[in-house]
Amino acid sequence: MDFQIALLLGQDGITNGAIYALLALALVLVFAVTRVIFIPQGEFVSYGALTLVMIQAGAIPATVWLLLGAGLLAAALDVRLALRAGQPGRLVRLVGWYVAYPLVLVALLYTLPVKDFPMIAQILFALAVVVPMGPLMYRLIYQPIAAAPVLVLLIVSVAVHVAMVGLGLLFFGAEGSRTPPFSDARFEMGPVMVSGQTIWVVVSSLVLIVALYQFFERTLYGKALRATAINRVGARLMGISPALAGRLTFFLAALIGALSGVLIAPITTIYYDTGFLIGLKGFVAAIVGGLGSYPLAAAGALLVGLLEAFSSFWASAHKEVIVFTLIIPVLLWRSLRGRHVEEEE
Amino acid sequence: MKPMFSPRLILGVFLAVLAVAPLVLSSFYVTLLNYIGLYALVALGLVLLTGVGGLTSFGQAAFVGLGAYTTAVLTTATELPGWLAWAGGSPWLALVVGLVFTAVVALVLGSLTLRLSGHYLPLGTIAWGISLYFLFGTLDTLGGHTGLTGVPPITVFGFELDRGEELFYLIWLFLLAAMLTTQNLLDSREGRAIRALKGGMVMAEAMGVNTARSRMIIFVIAALHACASGWLYAHLQRFVNPTPFGLHIGIEYLFMAVVGGAGQVWGALVGAGVITIAKQWLQDVLPRIFGQSGNFEVIFFGLMMVIVLQRARDGLWPLLARLVPVRATRRELDAAAEALPRKPLPAKGEVILEAKEVTRRFGGLVANNNMSLSVRAGEILALIGPNGAGKSTMFNQISGVDTPTSGEVLFLGRAVAGRDSREIARMGMSRTFQHVKLLPTMTVLENVAIGAHLRGDKGVLSSAWRLDRNEEARLLNEAARQIERVGLAEHMFDAAGSLALGQQRILEIARALAADPCLLLLDEPAAGLRFKEKQALAELLKKLRGEGIGILLVEHDMDFVMGLVDRVVVMEFGEKIAEGLPEDVQRNPAVLEAYLGGVE
Amino acid sequence: MNANIHGSNLILKTVLEVRDLTVSYGKVEALSNANIKVGEGQIVTVIGPNGAGKTTMLSAIMGLLESRGKVDFDGTIEGVPVVERMVARGMNLVPEKRELFGEMTVEDNLVLGAFQRHRSGHRDHAQTMEEVYQLFPRLRERRSQLAGTLSGGERQMLAVGRALMAKPKLLMLDEPSLGLAPLIVREIFRIIGELRRRGVSILLVEQNARAALQVADYAYVLETGEIAMEGPARQLADDPRVIEAYLGLGGKHQEMLST
Repeated sequence: MDFQIALLLGQDGITNGAIYALLALALVLVFAVTRVIFIPQGEFVSYGALTLVMIQAGAIPATVWLLLGAGLLAAALDVRLALRAGQPGRLVRLVGWYVAYPLVLVALLYTLPVKDFPMIAQILFALAVVVPMGPLMYRLIYQPIAAAPVLVLLIVSVAVHVAMVGLGLLFFGAEGSRTPPFSDARFEMGPVMVSGQTIWVVVSSLVLIVALYQFFERTLYGKALRATAINRVGARLMGISPALAGRLTFFLAALIGALSGVLIAPITTIYYDTGFLIGLKGFVAAIVGGLGSYPLAAAGALLVGLLEAFSSFWASAHKEVIVFTLIIPVLLWRSLRGRHVEEEE
Repeated sequence: MKPMFSPRLILGVFLAVLAVAPLVLSSFYVTLLNYIGLYALVALGLVLLTGVGGLTSFGQAAFVGLGAYTTAVLTTATELPGWLAWAGGSPWLALVVGLVFTAVVALVLGSLTLRLSGHYLPLGTIAWGISLYFLFGTLDTLGGHTGLTGVPPITVFGFELDRGEELFYLIWLFLLAAMLTTQNLLDSREGRAIRALKGGMVMAEAMGVNTARSRMIIFVIAALHACASGWLYAHLQRFVNPTPFGLHIGIEYLFMAVVGGAGQVWGALVGAGVITIAKQWLQDVLPRIFGQSGNFEVIFFGLMMVIVLQRARDGLWPLLARLVPVRATRRELDAAAEALPRKPLPAKGEVILEAKEVTRRFGGLVANNNMSLSVRAGEILALIGPNGAGKSTMFNQISGVDTPTSGEVLFLGRAVAGRDSREIARMGMSRTFQHVKLLPTMTVLENVAIGAHLRGDKGVLSSAWRLDRNEEARLLNEAARQIERVGLAEHMFDAAGSLALGQQRILEIARALAADPCLLLLDEPAAGLRFKEKQALAELLKKLRGEGIGILLVEHDMDFVMGLVDRVVVMEFGEKIAEGLPEDVQRNPAVLEAYLGGVE
Repeated sequence: MNANIHGSNLILKTVLEVRDLTVSYGKVEALSNANIKVGEGQIVTVIGPNGAGKTTMLSAIMGLLESRGKVDFDGTIEGVPVVERMVARGMNLVPEKRELFGEMTVEDNLVLGAFQRHRSGHRDHAQTMEEVYQLFPRLRERRSQLAGTLSGGERQMLAVGRALMAKPKLLMLDEPSLGLAPLIVREIFRIIGELRRRGVSILLVEQNARAALQVADYAYVLETGEIAMEGPARQLADDPRVIEAYLGLGGKHQEMLST
C-alpha cells in the first residue's frame, strides 16, 4: 500500500465516518432522552435513500402509504383519548397532522411532476415522507411503554427493526439502487482527487452537527430535551412531557437517518436492509462514547469509518468481521473504566 | 369449583402424547415437532437469561452455530490437527468439545459485557452474532457459504439415528432434560440468587450473593443450551451452512422466548411452537398475498412482538396456564432437617463496630462530619436525627456501601472500607433497607432464604440434578425458623409483595437474621408501622439483644427508640449533637431544637 | 371546632380541594381517603412523621403517582391528574429531592421553569426571571454556574425560583427546609411568607413543625397515610396531641415538652 492508496482509503473512511458520526449522535440522543436503544435508526437511512430513488424514478414512494397508515392508527388512538379526556377541541389538530398531512403529500406526489424537479426538491419530498415516521413511531410504539425497563424497550426496538426490514423489502424490492451524485465536480487536493459527493457528505454532516449543537445550547426546546435527559422527573415538573420530548427526539433521529441515507445513496448501493449494518456501525461508535458522550461517539465514528476502509483493503472478505469485532476491545475498555453493579430501573 | 388436575397428571399426558407422536404423525409434522424441540431448547436458555435474569442476547443463533459447526468439522474432517485428533469422527465427543468451546466463548464475552450495565450485553451479542455469521461464511475450512456436508448421524448404543422420527426422541429428551434441570435450578439456593437479578441486585449483594457470578452462570447456561441445539441440528440436517446462524435467527429465538412467556420454563416451548408454526404458515400465505417472494413473515413477527410487549409483557404462557386448572403444590418443609451451624457470637459487651471520626463530603456538601460511634455485642444503639441530618449517609459508611472521605469504620476490628457488601455480610453484619427491597413475586419463605445464602455452598450442577436437597431443606428450615421467630409464620407461603408494609419490614429483619449475624443494621425499621406493629418489633429487638446480637438502629421516630435502646447518638447537619442514655438525650435542648425546628 | 374550620375556609375561594385521595403501592395503601383544601392566598401545611405519606400525597395531587379520588384544582375536577396538564394549569411542585438539572446552568434551569408558559404563548420569562432574581439575589450571582455545583441552600432557592418562573396559582413545597442550616431555613420561610403576600397559594409539607405552623394559616396532621387532625395553624401549634403525633412522643415526653 502506498501513500496514494492510503489517502484514498482515508478519504473513504472519513466520508463513511461522517455518516456514522451523525447516526451515533442520533443514537446517543435518543438513548439519553427516552432510554430507547434505537436499533431502527438504520432503517431510516434505507427508507430515506430508497424513497428518494422511487421519487426520482417517477413512482409514488410506497413509504407514503406507511405514513398514511400509521397516521390513521395514531389518529384513532389519540381521538379516543381526546374524547375520553373531554377535549374535543384537540380533534381537529390531531386529524390535521396525522391524516391530512399524509393525504396532502399523496396528492402532491400524484399531481406534481416531481420526477422532473431539481434534486433538492426531490430530497425535500423524500424527507417529508420519511421524517414524520419518527414521531409517529414514538407515538405508536414507544409512548405506550415509555416507563418500561431498558431491556424491554431494546427488544421492542429490535422487533421494530425486523418489521421495518420486512416492510422495506415489500416497498422497495430486493434490488439495490444508487442515486445520481449531488455534484460531479472533482477536486484535486494535493495528490488525491476528492469527489464532490465526499465534500457534500462531510460538509453536510459538519453543518448538521453544528446546527444540532446550536439547537441544544440555544433554543428552549433543545434545552428541554437536555433537561429530560438529565432529570426526567424534573423535566415533567416543568411541564415537559416525556411524550413531547420523545416525539421531538424521534423527529430529529428520523431526520438524521433519512438525511444520512440521502447523502450516501450516490456513493453506496443501498438495499432495503443496508441501513441496518450502517446503523450498527453508528452503534459501535456510540458505544465508544458509552451511549452518553457526543464527542467520544463522533471520534468513535471516525475510527469505525477508517478501520472499515483500511480493512476493506487488507482483508476485504473479513471487513465486517473486523469492524464488528472492534466492539470487543471497546467493551473491554469501557468495562475497565467504569465498574458498577446497576439496579434495574 | 373447577376441577383441579395435578401437575403430575398433566405432565404424564404430555409425555405420553409426545411418545406416540412420531408413530402416528406424518413425517411433515414430525419434522415440525423436531424443529420446535430444537428451537425451544434455545428459547429455554433465553427464558433463563431474559425472563428470569433480566439480561438478553440476540446472538444465541451464533452459539447454535458454534455447536453445529464444531460437530460438522470434527465429524467430517479427514485430517484434524494432532491435538484434536482424539475428538474426530464421534458426534458425542464433538458435543463435548462444542460445549467446552461454547462455554469458553461465553465466558469471554460475558466477562467483557456483564460488568457493564444491562444493555451492553445485548449490543455486544448483536455485534458478535454478526461477526461470527460473516466468519462462518468466509472461512474456507468451514466451507464458506455452501457449508459442510456429509455430517454423519448420531449413534446411540450402536443404533444409528438417521431418520427424523428416531432423532425426535433424542431431541425431546434433551429438551425435557433441559427444562427439568432449569426448573430444578430455579428452585434452589443458586436459583434464588438468579431470580434476585431482576430488581433485587443491591439487596442480593448485601445478602452475600455474587450477582456478577449469577449473571455469568445464566449466560453460560443459555449458550450451552444453544450449542446443544446446534449439535442436534447438524445431525438432523446432516449438513451445515451459515444461514440458520445469522442475527435475524438470533432475534427470532428471542421472539420465541418473549412471546411464549419469558419468565416461564414452559413459555419457551409455547413460544417456539407458536413462532415455528406461524412461520410455516405465513411463509406459505404471504408471498401469495403480496405477489412477491421474500421473508415477509418478519413484518408480522415484529408487530406481534411490539403488541405482546405493550399488552401482555409476560407472554402467552400465563394466559394459557389459566385455561388449564392445575392444582398448586405447596412446598413441604422438612422439620427434621438438621439445623445449620452457627457462628459463635462475640461476648456480650465486646465492641463489635466502631466508627472513628468519619467524614464524608460530596463536592462542597459535608454529609457527615467527624462522626464517631460504637456498638457492643448485646446492645442496641440508636442513631437518630431529623430528616436530612445525614443518618443515611452514615449508614452507608458503616455498611460499606460508601467509603468515608476521612476516618474509618471497624467491624470486629477490621476496616470496612474497601470490602464489598458480600465480604461484609460474610463477616457477620446484616442489614435491612429503608426502602424495603424484596422480590415481590417470591414467597416470604424464599425471600428469607436468600438471607441464608452464605450458609450453603451447593452450586449449579447439584441444584440442577437435585443433589442439593439436604442442604436446601436445612436452608429453608432455617428461613422458616426465622419467619416464625419474627411472627410471620402464617404468611410463610404468601407472595412477599402481598404483605402490608409493616410486615414487609419485619420480613427484612427475618431475612437479615437468616444470615446468622452478630450485628444487625436496621434502617428506619419503624417507619410506616402502626402502634401494635411497633410494639411487636420492639419486643423482637429486645429478644435479639438478649441473645447477644448487637443492633444499630437508624430511626426518626423518637418514641420507638426511647423505650427500647441502650444508648442514643443524635445527629443534625451531619454532626453528632448529643450522645448518651435515652433519658438524658431527650432532655437535651439541642435535641429538642433539632426535632421541633427552631424559629424565632 | 369542625364547623368553625369550614366556616373560616368558606370565606375564601378554594384553589385546591382534594377529596378521598388514595394511593396504593401494590396492595399497600400509602395514603387513604385524604381530604384537604387550600384557599386562595392561603398557606396550608401538612405535617406528620416520616413515612406518613406526605410526599406521596403531593406526588398524587401533581399526577406523578397514580391515585384514586378527586382533585379539584382552580374550579376544574381532575379525575386523573397528569403532571404536564397540572403545570399548564398553574400548579407547581418543588419536590423533596429538588430534581434540578445539575449539568445545566442556573439560568437555564430558570428558563426551563417557564417552559410551559412559553409553550402556551407567554413570552415574558425575562421579566419573571428578574423578579426571581430580586427574590433570590444569590441566584443572580450564580447564574452561569452549573446547578450541580450549588450548595444545599442555593439548590433549594433555585428549585423554588424555577417553580416561580411558571407563575403558579398554587405552589406545593415538599420539605423546603430539609437538610438546611437554621439561617437558611429562616430565609426560606421568610420567602414563603413573602410569596403569600404576592398572592401565591401554598401547600407546604414540612417536618419543621414549629416553623410550618407559624407561617401557615391552616394545617393538617398526617399519620400512617391518614389525616389524623386538622385545624387553624395557630390552634394546632398549641395542641399537645400535635406534638405527640408529629414527634411520636409518648405521654411522658409530652409533659416534659410542655414545660
